[in-house]
Order: sequence, then C-alpha cells, then structure tokens
Amino acid sequence: MHDIVNAAANFINLDTANIIYLFLVGFVGGLVSGFIGSGGAFVLTPAMMSMGVPGLVAVASNMCHKFPKALIGALKRAKYGQVDVKLGIVLGISAEAGVLYGAHIQESIKKSFGEAGSNLYVSTAFVVILAIVGGFVLLDAWKTYKSGTTNEEEKVTKLAKWVQSVNIPGTMVYFKSLNARISVLFTIPLGFATGMLAATIAVGGFVGVPSMIYVLGAPSLMASATELVIAFVMGLGGSFKYAMHGLVDIRLAMIILAGSLFGIQLGAMGTTYVKAFTIKMVMGVIMVIVLFSRALMVPVYMSQLGLISEIAADTTKMLKSVSYGIMIFALATGAFIVLKAMWQGRREQRLATQEALGHVK
Amino acid sequence: MAESKVRKKPVGKMLLMGVISVALYALLLLKQDVINGYIGQGGMYAFLPIITAFLFSFVHGTFTGDFWTVMGIEAAKKKKEVK
Repeated sequence: MHDIVNAAANFINLDTANIIYLFLVGFVGGLVSGFIGSGGAFVLTPAMMSMGVPGLVAVASNMCHKFPKALIGALKRAKYGQVDVKLGIVLGISAEAGVLYGAHIQESIKKSFGEAGSNLYVSTAFVVILAIVGGFVLLDAWKTYKSGTTNEEEKVTKLAKWVQSVNIPGTMVYFKSLNARISVLFTIPLGFATGMLAATIAVGGFVGVPSMIYVLGAPSLMASATELVIAFVMGLGGSFKYAMHGLVDIRLAMIILAGSLFGIQLGAMGTTYVKAFTIKMVMGVIMVIVLFSRALMVPVYMSQLGLISEIAADTTKMLKSVSYGIMIFALATGAFIVLKAMWQGRREQRLATQEALGHVK
Repeated sequence: MAESKVRKKPVGKMLLMGVISVALYALLLLKQDVINGYIGQGGMYAFLPIITAFLFSFVHGTFTGDFWTVMGIEAAKKKKEVK
C-alpha cells in the first residue's frame, strides 16, 4: 500500500532552518516533559504540519520521538527514586487501549464530518478538559502557594483516600508511589482516559498526572515521573502501529529527539531542586494557556462546518497564527518557570554549602 | 584546594558518545533517501524506526546526560528520595 513513491510524498525535504527549529522546540518540549511528565507535543505536531508534513506523519513522527525521550527521562528520574514502574506499566497498558479507541473515534468523526469536524472535536476536547483539569490543578497550586505550606508534604485528597480504602478482593495491588494497596480496577478508566486524550490532543499527561495525584493519591513528583513510563508504553505501541503503515518520518523524530534529550535531562534534574507544588504550577499554567490557543480555533472550525456564519479568510489566517503563537508562549512560559525554579534551587544549595563550609572553618 | 567534592567529570565518555551520536545523525541525514525508502514501506520494516529510536536514545541520551554533568549541572544533593 505504502510503496516508496508514496513514502517520498509523505516525507518532506528538510532544510537547515527546519532542522534548527525542530531541535529547539524539541529541547524546550523535552525540558517541560522531564519536569511534568509530558508536554511539547501540542507544539511539535502543528510545527511539523506547518512545514508541509502530512498530519498523520506529524503525529507518527512525534510519537516516535516521544517513547525514547520518555525512556531516558524515566531512567533519569528513577535515579532520584521518583518513578513507580509498576503503576506506570499498569496505567500504560490501559492507556494503550485508550489510544486505540481514541484513534478509532477520530477516524469515525473524520469519516462522518470531515477534517473540520475532526478538528472541532479535538479543539473542543482540548478546551473542555483543559478548562476543568487545568483550572483545578492551577487553583490547587495557587492555594498551596498562598497558604505558605509549600514546604509541607502534599495532602492526599478525600477522593484518593476513599479510593485507597475500597477493598475489592482479587484486584488489590500495592503501589509504592501511593504507599497503599488499591484495586487495579480504579486504574483502568484513568489509564484509558489518558490514552484517549493522548490520541486526541497528543498530551495524555494532562489527564494522567492529575489523576494520579488527585484520584489515586500519588505525590506530584512521583506522578509526573511515572507519567514518563506511561508515555513510553503508549508511545512505543503507537509508534509501531504507525510504522506498520510507513508513516514515521524517522529524520523528523530523531532531530526532535536530539534536542529533547538535552531538555529532558535538564528538566528531570530540575525536579530535584523544586517543591512539589511547582510541578502543579507549571502544568496548570501550560494547560490554561493552551486552552486559550485552542478556544480561538473553535469558531474557525464551526464556520467551516456551517454551524455559524462564514469567517473571512484573513481572519481565519490571523486566528491560526495567534493560536499557534499562544501555544509556543505556553511552552516557553513552562520552560521559563522550570529554569527559574532550578536556578533558584541551585543558588540556595550553593549558599547552604558555602555556609556549611564557613562553619567548618 | 583539596576539597572533598572533587569528582572526575566524564569528559572522555562524553566525547566518545558525542562523536558516535554525530556519526549516527550524519548517517541518517546523508542516507535519508535509502532509509526513508525502507521505512516508508511499513509492514515488517516497522521495526526499523523502533530500533533506530532505541539506538539513538541510548547513544545520544548518554551523551546529553554526560554533557550536563561536564557543564557542572547536576541534580540536587539532598532530596534523593521522594516521600
């Protein structure tokens, strides 16, 4: 089906400017992923498409850079004792099922309502989910910051306490991140939702990490690190599926990987310098900013479907550019908070070391 | 100064992995038509991009890890275990 001629049509010519751009976006995306467990994909996929890469090839190539990146990030964060491999694999398996189902829904929507229908579905999913989950995460981070309890251990939510208290014989498994036995049945819908979101908006972590924190009761640092295991499992399966159809542009994937492996190492190290609420803050801020980016595009797709009156071509173009600009801004803001927090943490540590040495003398 | 925290930086290893990484990228870009020709066929060739990704992540991942260490950027000394 996909012979060499088709492949040549799928794979664009790469110039130096594109290589540098992908490397840089990869770096920033990697930095954020190393820190919060996901991110970057929502900029990378449209970035590739703007270079003329077909949509499916962009999604496939993004996925093929995601799993090796997540692997390196997970290994790095495992060194700091932040990864719960068992929870990651359990959630990863149901997430894989979610990815397949999410892709199936996407295909049916595309068949029934065309490209604009599919875009409208993706954007609406973005807006609704990011508004609810992102708003909640950001509010929680803000409350912790305002209450001055940033140094205290994170509190397990009432919901998580209930989940941990339910005993369903034959399904109970101990997870070290929760320091409790929970029924694996609870992990299935969470993993599934993570996968569905990954198939829809490419960033499953926006559901995966908050659900591990608020529903299961994992600390933020462990939830974000464990998300990397989920991303690896999902990314590996997804990449293979796309590669079977010859859709992976390995050059794009590896160029992004070149930048993102620099970033993910840095982001992973960054987590050892910060307080837990910073993870929530970065995640919440990115989610809420991205929400506006997608919300801008909703009227464009609605007009394409004839649900509202037609929007002028110039306005559509302008909305698209602003929407893309906001997404880059979201990623850059996240990266800025990570680097700033890391910088401050390193400075505090240096001062503490100097002080300790001063006492010794 | 004979401070206790003199730790050898992995300069040699970083350079070695860096050279291998550059060589892999050069190979990928110089032979892109051949590589894309195979990968674009899909089917059992699906293993090719997966193996490539693992190989690059090992080599380049080791290089980037050592790169930051050589640059003097490392994880915080305390907070090893998260509670």
